[in-house]
Amino acid sequence: MNARHRLGAEEITVGYGGDPVIRDLTLDIPDGMVTAIVGPNGCGKSTLLRTLARLLKPSDGRVRLDGEAIDAVSTREVSRRLALLPQSPIAPDGLLVRDLVGRGRHPHQTWFRQWSPADEQIVEQALRMTDTWDLRDRALDQLSGGQRQRAWIAMTLAQDTDLVLLDEPTTFLDLAHQVEVLDLVTRLNRERGRTVAMVLHDLNLAARYSDLVVVMKSGVVVTIGTPREVFTSALLEDVFGLRADILDDPRTGLPVVVPVSAPAQAAASGGTVAGSPSAAAASCGT
Amino acid sequence: MTVLHATPFRVGAASWLVPVRASLVSLVGAGLLFLLVAIDLSVGDFPIPVGDVVRTLFGGGDEAQRFIVMELRLPQTMVAVAVGAALGLAGALTQTMARNPLASPDILGITEGAAFGAVAVIVLSGGSGYGGGLVSGRLQELGLPLAAFTGAITTAVLLYVLSWRRGLDMQRLVLIGIGLGATLTAGTSYLLVNARIQDAASAQVWLSGSLNARGWEHVGPVLLTLAVMVPLALLLIRSLNAMLLGDDAAQGLGVRLQLTQLGVLIAAVGLASVSVAAVGPLEFVAFVVPQVALRLTGGSRPPMLASMVYGGILVVGADLITRAVLPFALPAGIVTAAIGAPYLIWLLVRTNRRRTV
Repeated sequence: MNARHRLGAEEITVGYGGDPVIRDLTLDIPDGMVTAIVGPNGCGKSTLLRTLARLLKPSDGRVRLDGEAIDAVSTREVSRRLALLPQSPIAPDGLLVRDLVGRGRHPHQTWFRQWSPADEQIVEQALRMTDTWDLRDRALDQLSGGQRQRAWIAMTLAQDTDLVLLDEPTTFLDLAHQVEVLDLVTRLNRERGRTVAMVLHDLNLAARYSDLVVVMKSGVVVTIGTPREVFTSALLEDVFGLRADILDDPRTGLPVVVPVSAPAQAAASGGTVAGSPSAAAASCGT
Repeated sequence: MTVLHATPFRVGAASWLVPVRASLVSLVGAGLLFLLVAIDLSVGDFPIPVGDVVRTLFGGGDEAQRFIVMELRLPQTMVAVAVGAALGLAGALTQTMARNPLASPDILGITEGAAFGAVAVIVLSGGSGYGGGLVSGRLQELGLPLAAFTGAITTAVLLYVLSWRRGLDMQRLVLIGIGLGATLTAGTSYLLVNARIQDAASAQVWLSGSLNARGWEHVGPVLLTLAVMVPLALLLIRSLNAMLLGDDAAQGLGVRLQLTQLGVLIAAVGLASVSVAAVGPLEFVAFVVPQVALRLTGGSRPPMLASMVYGGILVVGADLITRAVLPFALPAGIVTAAIGAPYLIWLLVRTNRRRTV
C-alpha cells in the first residue's frame, strides 16, 4: 500500500513469554479508511491491535506513530492521537453514560483543568453523534448491549483522536445491534474523517463495513485488500478451514460469505447451496 | 464518582469537578465526628458535660477541665480520629485500584505484616516489664513504628512481586494478599507462643488494637503521614477514576498504570503502618469504612474524603463504646472487628451469589 499512514507496525514479533503470537509482521493502517482485521481464533488479531495501541511491547520490530517509534511517545501523548476500545471493557456499577463519555476527555485534562467548557462541548457532540444524548443520565448497566456499546464508542469519540482502534466492537451483540454499531463506525469514518482499525470476527460484517480487509493466520498477515479482492472460496478454505460460497449482495455488490453446511454439501455435493440461516453463522468458523 | 455527581467549578481557565453529594456526606460526617469527639472527651472518671467540653476545646472552661480535656483525653481521641482517617483513606485507595472491596490493607496482609514486625520487636526485645505497658523502654518507643513499617513494606513488596504477571494482576493480588496475611498471622502466633509470658501478654493487648493511654507522641506520626499521603491521593484520583474502566481502557486513556499502582501501594503501606504502630492492628476499619462511605455517597468508587471522615467516626465510636457503653474494658479493635467481620461474611456471600446467579 502506498496510501498515507500515521500508524503502522514494522516487522513486529509479539508474544506472552512462550512462542510468539505474532511473527515478523508488517502492516500500515491507511489514513481515512476503515480497516478490518479478521482471522481465525488465536491468530493474533487482538494481540496485533493491542500492540498497535501500545498496550503490548513487541519483542522485536517497532510500532510507528507519525513516524516516531511509539515507545518514544509518552503514554499521554499517544492517548491524544489514538483511541482504543478494548474487547470487553468494564464499568463500575451505576456509572452514568455521561460520566463514561466524560472519561474520554482524560488525556486532555490536567489537575487544574478537570472540566473545561471545551470538554463539555466535545462530550455533548460525542453523545449526540452516537445517539446516546437521551441516555446520558442513565446508568450504563441499565442499557441494552447495543446502547452500551454506542456509549463506549462515544467515549473513544470524546477522546478526539484521528485514529480509533476497536477490538471486536460487536462481540455479544445480536445482529441488529452489530449493524447499528458498525453503521456508527462508518459514520465516524465518513462524517468525522476518523481512521478506524478494528478486529472483527464476522466475515460478512467485515466485508460490508470495511474499505480494507487484513486477513491473519497464525500470527502473520495472509493477505490484504478490498473485501472484493480478499474474500474468495479458496482463501476461506485455506485460512478458516471453511467451505463457503461467495455471493454478491444484490444491493451493494459487496461479497457475501455463505458457508456450505455438511448436509447441504452431501445433498448437492458441491453444487448450489441453500442459503445459510444467518450471516452470523460465518463467525462459527472463526 | 467524580464526574457524575460532580459539578464543574471554574476559576478563569482552571476548572475542578466538585462531587456535590460526596461533599455533603463528608460535611454531615464531619459534624457527626465532632459531636462524637465531644462526647468521647466528656466521658471518663470525671465526667464533664458535653457543653463544657466544647467550650474548653474553643479556649474556655476552667483549669481542671482544660487539664482533663486537653491534656488527658484529647490525645487519645485525636489518635482515634487520625488513625480512622488514615485507615479509611488507605482502604479507599487500594479498593479503588483493585476494583475489589476485598482489597484493603487489612485483607491484603499489609496490616498483618506491620503487626508481625511490631510483635517481633515486643517479643524479641523482651523489654515489657509492666503488664500491658507497651511503651516501655526506648527501644520499643523508637523501634516499634520502624518495625511495623518494615513489616508492612516487606509484605507489600512481596505482594507486588508475587502478583506480577505481565502487569499487576488484581485477582492474584487479592488471593496472594489473603495468603500472605494468613502466613503472617501464623508467624505472629509462633512468636507469641515462644515468647516470655509477660511479653506475650503485652503483645496480645497491643494486637487487639487498643487506644488506651495514647499520647500526643502517637498522634504526630499519623498526622504527618496523612499530610504527605492526602496530596498523593489527590494526585492519584484522576488516574484511578480512569482505571475503573479496566486496565486496557485506562492505558488507552493515557494512564500510566504501573506508576499509579505503585503510588497507591506506597500510600497504603505508609498509612496502614503508622496506624498499626500507633494503636495496633484495628481490624476491618480500612475494609469496611470505604464501602459504607461508598453506599452513602452513591458513586462508582469509594470516596476518599468521606472514607477518611467515616473512618474517624468508626474508630472514635469504637473507643467510646469500649469506654462508656460496655460494662468492662475492651480494646477498641475488638469492637471494630465485631462490626467488620459480619460485613465481610455478608460481602463474600453476596459476591458469591452474584457470580453464580
